[in-house]
Amino acid sequence: MTESTTTRVSDAADYFTLGDAIADTKAPHDVSVPQMWEERKAHANLVNPANRRKIKVIMVGTGLAGASAAATLGEAGYHVESFCYQDSPRRAHSIAAQGGINAAKNYRNDGDSVYRLFYDTVKGGDFRSRESNSWRLAEVSASIIDQCVAQGVPFAREYGGLLDNRSFGGVQVSRTFYARGQTGQQLLIGAYQALERQVAAGTVTTHTRHEMLELVVVDGVAKGIIVRDMVTGEIETHLGDAVVLATGGYGNVYFLSTNAMGCNVTAAWRAHRKGAYMGNPCYTQIHPTCIPVSGENQSKLTLMSESLRNDGRIWVPKKKEDCAKDPRDIPEEDRDYYLERIYPAFGNLVPRDIASRQAKYMCDDGRGVGPEVDGVRRGVYLDFADAIDRLGLEAVKTKYGNLFDMYKQITAENPYELPMRVYPAVHYVMGGLWVDYDLESNVSGLFVAGEANFSDQGANRLGASALMQGLADGYFVLPYTIANYLAHPAERIDESHPAVVEAKQAVEERINHFLTVNGTRSVDSYHKELGHLMWEYCGMERSKEGLTHAIESIRELKADFWKNVKVLGTADTLNQSLERAGRVADFLELGELMCIDALNRRESAGGHFRAESQTPDGEAERIDEEFAYVAAWEWGGEDGHTPVLHQEALSYEAIEMKARSYK
Amino acid sequence: MKIKLKIWRQPNAGTKGAMHDYDLAEVSEDMSFLEMLDLLNENLNEQGEDPVAFDSDCREGICGTCSLMINGQAHGPDVATTCQLHMRSFKDGDTITVEPWRAEAFPVLKDLIVDRSAFDRIIQSGGFISANTGSAPEANNLPVEKAKADRAFDVATCIGCGACVAACPNGSASLFVGAKITHLGELPQGQPERDMRVVDMVAQADYEGFGGCTNIGECTAACPKEIPQDVISQLNKDLRTAMKHGH
Amino acid sequence: MTCVATPTLVKGSRSTRSTIALKILMAVTGLVFIGYVLLHMYGNLKVFAGQEAFDEYAHHLRTFGEPMLPYGGLLWVIRAVLLLSVIGHAYSAFALWSRASKARTHKYVMMKAVTATLSSRMMRWGGVALLLFVVFHLLHLTTHTINVNGDPGSPYERLVSSFQPGQWWVAVIYLLAMLALAMHLRHGVFSVSQTLGYSNNARSRARANFAGVFLAVVIAGGFALVPLSILFGIVD
Ligand SMILES: Cc1cc2nc3c(=O)[nH]c(=O)nc-3n(C[C@H](O)[C@H](O)[C@H](O)COP(=O)(O)OP(=O)(O)OC[C@H]3O[C@@H](n4cnc5c(N)ncnc54)[C@H](O)[C@@H]3O)c2cc1C
Ligand code: HEM
Ligand code: HEM
Ligand code: SF4
Ligand code: F3S
Ligand code: FES
Repeated sequence: MTESTTTRVSDAADYFTLGDAIADTKAPHDVSVPQMWEERKAHANLVNPANRRKIKVIMVGTGLAGASAAATLGEAGYHVESFCYQDSPRRAHSIAAQGGINAAKNYRNDGDSVYRLFYDTVKGGDFRSRESNSWRLAEVSASIIDQCVAQGVPFAREYGGLLDNRSFGGVQVSRTFYARGQTGQQLLIGAYQALERQVAAGTVTTHTRHEMLELVVVDGVAKGIIVRDMVTGEIETHLGDAVVLATGGYGNVYFLSTNAMGCNVTAAWRAHRKGAYMGNPCYTQIHPTCIPVSGENQSKLTLMSESLRNDGRIWVPKKKEDCAKDPRDIPEEDRDYYLERIYPAFGNLVPRDIASRQAKYMCDDGRGVGPEVDGVRRGVYLDFADAIDRLGLEAVKTKYGNLFDMYKQITAENPYELPMRVYPAVHYVMGGLWVDYDLESNVSGLFVAGEANFSDQGANRLGASALMQGLADGYFVLPYTIANYLAHPAERIDESHPAVVEAKQAVEERINHFLTVNGTRSVDSYHKELGHLMWEYCGMERSKEGLTHAIESIRELKADFWKNVKVLGTADTLNQSLERAGRVADFLELGELMCIDALNRRESAGGHFRAESQTPDGEAERIDEEFAYVAAWEWGGEDGHTPVLHQEALSYEAIEMKARSYK
Repeated sequence: MKIKLKIWRQPNAGTKGAMHDYDLAEVSEDMSFLEMLDLLNENLNEQGEDPVAFDSDCREGICGTCSLMINGQAHGPDVATTCQLHMRSFKDGDTITVEPWRAEAFPVLKDLIVDRSAFDRIIQSGGFISANTGSAPEANNLPVEKAKADRAFDVATCIGCGACVAACPNGSASLFVGAKITHLGELPQGQPERDMRVVDMVAQADYEGFGGCTNIGECTAACPKEIPQDVISQLNKDLRTAMKHGH
Repeated sequence: MTCVATPTLVKGSRSTRSTIALKILMAVTGLVFIGYVLLHMYGNLKVFAGQEAFDEYAHHLRTFGEPMLPYGGLLWVIRAVLLLSVIGHAYSAFALWSRASKARTHKYVMMKAVTATLSSRMMRWGGVALLLFVVFHLLHLTTHTINVNGDPGSPYERLVSSFQPGQWWVAVIYLLAMLALAMHLRHGVFSVSQTLGYSNNARSRARANFAGVFLAVVIAGGFALVPLSILFGIVD
């Protein structure tokens, strides 16, 4: 039914309509990639300092992206209204990041440079990211470290007092700055403090425990948001001159993930339904080293930082019959250090998608370890015995102590004595709202920063580069590009505008609906079922058959949800079931789109692995002739209307597109 | 295993609350404490009773959102956050009392959820280093002695959970304030604002209604990040220095 | 309440108006007390050197510094300092006490102390007990308003006669007071070091803790020796 520019009919042909191709018009294409950012900054419009006070920016999200952007815009003198669903901006999900943040400082003198960071990012993303954005990310990375150090972020240091680095997966240089296993926390606290400083200065107003439930759009221009005060239940309208969504990722669509419980897609999804395109929604990152699922009632999964792969060695028994044994009783020659075996150049430091998939294969092959669940052991060993021998117990403690403690707290096993057991889990989404070079979505005046946008990571993200992107966007990119927009802002509207009234009514009706369905199933039970479908069919390995099944199942589940969900309590109090109901409703729609996107993309790229598209030795096989594009999805309308696919072609000029190999 | 729960229920800030009893069967040892409450809530939802409201987000001990007083101890019996507490720390047949943080500066919003925005205001009053974006010098131009950097880090790990306040017989926020004062005070970048920072932050903490510290030390025992009592001494010292400088 | 739109930040804050300033006042006055009780205990121990030595010492206290100071001059200086200290100490104690009770009006149903020493939790009541004791003690041995055993002549005689087994309850009052003193010092000495900022690492904190136990034992023990020895007839 679709008229495709591609040679073959899409696997998902029945599920979408093909729309016009789109392109990023903001990057200055008349200069080479390395010059683009300078050029863009040089010609961006400026706002007179005296006028900034009168300009209001709505900033949703206080993670690294949102807090840093709000603080920076506040410092510049804009009037910022900041929102988050937590009780304090400091608790945004960025706080959980463990391993580190990349920057092309080349302090190790190991040949790092902006180009190399750019190269690693694009290659790591399997040539599915936008070159101009990835270059800029690498370019501003060094300033991030300077900024954070000035704020007092206590990065790890060497004895000489200079900053320390470590290496992370997928690269051959040491460029990751870290603060033990709490890098995200320290960076976020820095941004949070800068934000609170602006609150004291009167430029930023924070609205905590407020959830954005709708975007107000008039004639394709974002005007403001509708939020719910999660304590009083009041539905409030906040209008401004620009809206920024820095609302993080939607990994919780899988129910079990390493994301915080509250992470949601609602803000982005509401914007999507109001016209903003969703870019590459199927690109999900499955992190290889998480603590395996232990039981039915588990609510979330815990990541063990990728940095552990620096010193820990991953293995499974060579023989199936050894799987139930105490690992210490399995002799060296009976262990399969499979990553070191298959990828000798990178060994345990291969990128996440590769490490995850190999772990899955080992377990599918019957060589997994740990308790048997449904006849399969889902776990591999991450062993520090060698590292402890080589570096000594104390050194290992200093480097990873808090991670080991966390592992012990959760599993009741001592990783200093027994190897850790790990298994892949959903961790991050590369997909997100489509933005141009200015981080502006196709809805004018709606900017998207951090994990919530799709832009910099391609089909797979290298470790330590989400923090980098969040802070790059917030401190160094958005403040310039949004100023360009704010120099000539669209006219403001007031609360009596029909668009506002309508948006507010829609929110109220939805809430009312949830509270009056009076069905029989809890919100969580739907979420779990959706998560299960997503993990099975849109997880580490995807196939045409599975995805088609998932789409149909999700549709049924969605229909049932709206008829049969049970939400108690009232709208005018703190009501956590009600909050979750709204989020799950949006996850159901998103899940469907993710599966459609995955079904359409009949290639394997990065975190997206289609069973149908692999090399003879099981590596991901890209199909560049057909799929070297960003899939930007437009909301098609309520049930019965299919989403519209807009393709943004990807071309590479600063780097040559080639098969990605880590062998 | 089976357990009995005594939980504080309070519909909202303006209404009086009370302890309620619940029985819960089929609790497994591997569940986290919060997963046990999730299970309770599923049951309550089924029975048509309003689920128990409690705060949590990361569920891995880092965001500082979870905040329960469990059997008279902030975050329960382990040195960890509530979300990191597992049911294996309890026995079959145990009775577990669950209350919200109690402090005038942390009013209860609903059931087990309190309002900790006072902590944000304490940070607003001075818990930062003024470094506008774009004005930062090259990071390695300012080496920091390893010992100081390590100490700054040790205390910067505070997650702002409020357990220190909840556990302190005086309802004092000194451990929280001291942690921030020490973190920023250890670093060269933190020096220019050092005097005013401590004076303002302490004044704000006093204003919010936290008690004064009498060095009892329950805060540090309750702190999931093991922030040592040292920071309170440092806080006092910094204030005394500021006093000497006439602030 | 929550979601504060306009933050209420304190303007024009002063270090001297903070709770910590109150604590510092308490610590400084506490140090004065420590110094005083140390000397006082040392003086009392002269009882063991016999009547002459003790009376000589009591006399010497009053003539010290003559003729620069009038008779009893030093004593009056000490008394003034002590009085001011008691006022300052008690004022801050009560101010902090009332703050603390306002900081938590809703008590926990269940509350466990994990590391707190009994001494640290008894500071306020222990302080009140000490204050009452001092009043009693002054009425007893300084103004002689409370006369437990006729009207003995010299300070030594008054002391010794007070703690005779016949009036065992006097000794008991003193011994209980010494228990209160021990507890107050046990935590107080540590607390002084915390409050003045001398224990900002684990080692100095351990030292301050040790000093607390040590001084508590030495001072309260030293004091207690006198009534005990009299009670058991070692000194008569
Ligand atoms: C366990 C873990 C470890 C990680 N480790 C690393 C690492 O070592 N290095 C690295 O580079 N990356 C790491 N990542 C990834 C990285 O942490 C995230 O991608 C990044 O922090 C996202 O930042 P953000 O600012 O975009 O969004 P977030 O930090 O997720 O912030 C989202 C904000 O939006 C708000 N929000 C969301 N929805 C709404 C709504 N509807 N209404 C109002 N507010 C809303 C939230 O309140 C929050 O303030 C890790 C991720 C996880 C899960
Ligand atoms: C008037 C009655 C008294 C009251 C109500 C009182 C109460 C207190 C309180 C509440 C503290 C603070 C506890 C802490 O910081 O942990 C304290 C400290 C102290 N008190 Fe007292 N006290 C009194 C009398 C005394 C006396 C008579 C002495 C000496 C013998 C004394 C010596 C000390 C010392 C040394 C400290 C430590 C100072 C500090 O906390 O930094 N106090 N007192
Ligand atoms: C067993 C314990 C004690 C004994 C035997 C004792 C004995 C005495 C004696 C004999 C005097 C009179 C001295 C004189 O007038 O020449 C005196 C005075 C005094 N004692 Fe004690 N004392 C004891 C404990 C304490 C304690 C614990 C304190 C304080 C906390 C204290 C505070 C004082 C004071 C303030 C005076 C009055 C000094 C003056 O102003 O003249 N005493 N004591
Ligand atoms: S000092 Fe410890 S207990 Fe207090 S808020 Fe920080 S982490 Fe929580
Ligand atoms: S328990 Fe309270 S009294 Fe001080 S040392 Fe801790 S704040
Ligand atoms: S939920 Fe984040 S610390 Fe417990």
